[in-house]
Amino acid sequence: MGSLFLRNLNYFIGAAFVVMLVIALVGTVSGLVSNPPQETVDEAFHVHPTPLHLESDGPFGKFNDRQLQRGFQVYKEVCSACHSLKHVAFRNLEDIGYSEGQVKTIAAEYQVPTFDPKTGDRDTRPGVPADTFPIVYYPGQGSPPDLSMIAKAREGGAAYIHALITGYRNPKTFTKDGKSLMKEFPDFKVPDGLHFNPYFANLNIAMPPPLTKEGQVQYMDGTRPTIDQMSKDVAAFLVWAAEPKLEARHRAGVAAVIFLLIFIGLAFGAYKNIWRDIKH
Amino acid sequence: MSFPWAKQYEPKHPVMQWVDNRLPLPRLVYGAIGGGYPVPRNLNYWWNFGVLAGAALAVQIITGVVLAMHYAANGAVAFDSVEHIMRDVNGGWFLRYAHANGASMFFIVVYIHIFRGLYYGSYKPPREMVWLLGVVIFLLMMATAFMGYVLPWGQMSFWGAQVITGFFSAIPLVGENIRIWLLGGYAPDNAALNRFFSLHYLLPFVIAGVIILHIWALHIPGSNNPEGVDVKGEQDTVPFHPYYTAKDGWGMGVFFLIFALLVFFAPNMLGHPDNYIPANPLSTPAHIVPEWYFWPFYAILRSFTADFILPAKLWGVLAMFGSILILFFLPWLDRSPVRSAKYRPAYRIAFWVLVVDVLLLGYVGGSEATPKFLILGQITAAYYFAHFLIIVPIISRIEKTRPLPNSITEAVLAKHDGHGATRDGAAVPAE
Repeated sequence: MGSLFLRNLNYFIGAAFVVMLVIALVGTVSGLVSNPPQETVDEAFHVHPTPLHLESDGPFGKFNDRQLQRGFQVYKEVCSACHSLKHVAFRNLEDIGYSEGQVKTIAAEYQVPTFDPKTGDRDTRPGVPADTFPIVYYPGQGSPPDLSMIAKAREGGAAYIHALITGYRNPKTFTKDGKSLMKEFPDFKVPDGLHFNPYFANLNIAMPPPLTKEGQVQYMDGTRPTIDQMSKDVAAFLVWAAEPKLEARHRAGVAAVIFLLIFIGLAFGAYKNIWRDIKH
Repeated sequence: MSFPWAKQYEPKHPVMQWVDNRLPLPRLVYGAIGGGYPVPRNLNYWWNFGVLAGAALAVQIITGVVLAMHYAANGAVAFDSVEHIMRDVNGGWFLRYAHANGASMFFIVVYIHIFRGLYYGSYKPPREMVWLLGVVIFLLMMATAFMGYVLPWGQMSFWGAQVITGFFSAIPLVGENIRIWLLGGYAPDNAALNRFFSLHYLLPFVIAGVIILHIWALHIPGSNNPEGVDVKGEQDTVPFHPYYTAKDGWGMGVFFLIFALLVFFAPNMLGHPDNYIPANPLSTPAHIVPEWYFWPFYAILRSFTADFILPAKLWGVLAMFGSILILFFLPWLDRSPVRSAKYRPAYRIAFWVLVVDVLLLGYVGGSEATPKFLILGQITAAYYFAHFLIIVPIISRIEKTRPLPNSITEAVLAKHDGHGATRDGAAVPAE
């Protein structure tokens, strides 16, 4: 009797797991029937970003330095009031076309904290190219994230940044797929201090609209600073900030693929040659 | 070991003769992966993946050793040290992306390698030990990959560590204490990060050691083959070198091409954006998901939602570990004497259902746990267990298998001539 049980142990264990899963399945299905899930307001009205094409996209993509410089200007004059960029050093700005002298000037515009271990005094000094962008301490509501990696730390990357900056709407008149937010969810209310933005996952974001009017930033290169243009430029800049080695990566990738294709060709020829008389 | 017609190592160069007389290492290599290892002549491309897995491990060890020179395993600086590698270390972006995507490449080739073994019955006698050691390697890989994903100390690193170590708290009575002991604290922190780094550096070398045992055990009976019949004579085999080194060589080229496309053009495709956010114990991500190679097991874990005798969480943890441990018993669950699914019509259907089932489990594991996905997960998890513990044992008892070819050579010639000729010049298998 005992050995019969042991010899068929696999059937008992298998049946135990299957029975448990059937019990769980019955629970899930009955829960679904008795208590059908209600679509929440953020599930119903969250909007995914529209695609944004940048010159850095694709296997041959390169950065457009003029656009990155415009984007940096937007970051410096608008975003940097609340958001830091602590993984980027001023010297890195040479990679987007600033000269050594320009980088020194930009760095000196920032105050970097210092600490004297002898006296214990804390002070600041003007930045130098080797410094990273100083951390921004934000005293208001919410905690603005550091932007160094934001283009890689959000689903959708640059498209998400562009959509979010330009995506503030009036919830009273907002519709998605022909459905009105206030009709579907009459109780919907934007909490105090937050702002309605359907591109943000829970629809209410602490950040007020950062770009509110054309010409908020005066571009040197004559590009018309529309809100759309400024947000595209800053998205492009943040892609660079998150992935400064992108161009080197693309170049190395093209070389690696060409090398490997030649290698595969030669290795395949060697294989065919060695096996030519062997049926397999 | 090996077949009587295996070529013996005969060093020609005096230096090699000198070495071989004192330390027969060249002889060992020649017999293991050189001209001295006779391999069935009919292996198809599914047999490339063992060598590819070895190549993937080598890539991981080489890139990992260099990364460890620049990485700092301390909760305060780990995240920043990874960014330092990405921005300031020469070629650091390449090392890190190669290592992160190398883990995915390692798992994809190992999964193909495992499913090849399932299809062609490579776990059956006399190769049970090869299979058992392979499952050990798979378990070690999972532990290594999990701990490696914690090291960048991003949000998914932290919360992944929180979830995985939480499994141990499902153990009755002592579970919570075991979890705290393993982590060195109440939640993942410096102590956990440091020990994970230590073990993440150690385990790959343990894997390399078990791989040597895996290959050693393989060389006793020799490689299986798509027909699943034993080697009968010299005409059934070719020497590993140059025949299979050449075949593996160009296969490796294709492997590295796909690897390169990932590393250079889509390095973050298989990762999760949240892991570029520094670990924050006070902010739980909306959806905690592991890396893609754990998705099927994560789906099994989440499918057990009912308390019955044991708490649901304990059922889930038992089932998740059980889903892998079952593989250890497979050689004794499947008693069919026929190895290759080519000659097992019923098993072949069950195999392909299992493939679809595991892919669906993976899809469920990577998705949010909504009721719709939960239902799909519960059905597919039930099939997974039924497959190994009920369906395959029954099939192996009642299946009517198709007639096997008399030899590998006969099968090869039949394929080429379109009929079952057994003539291959003078070399007819002498049984």
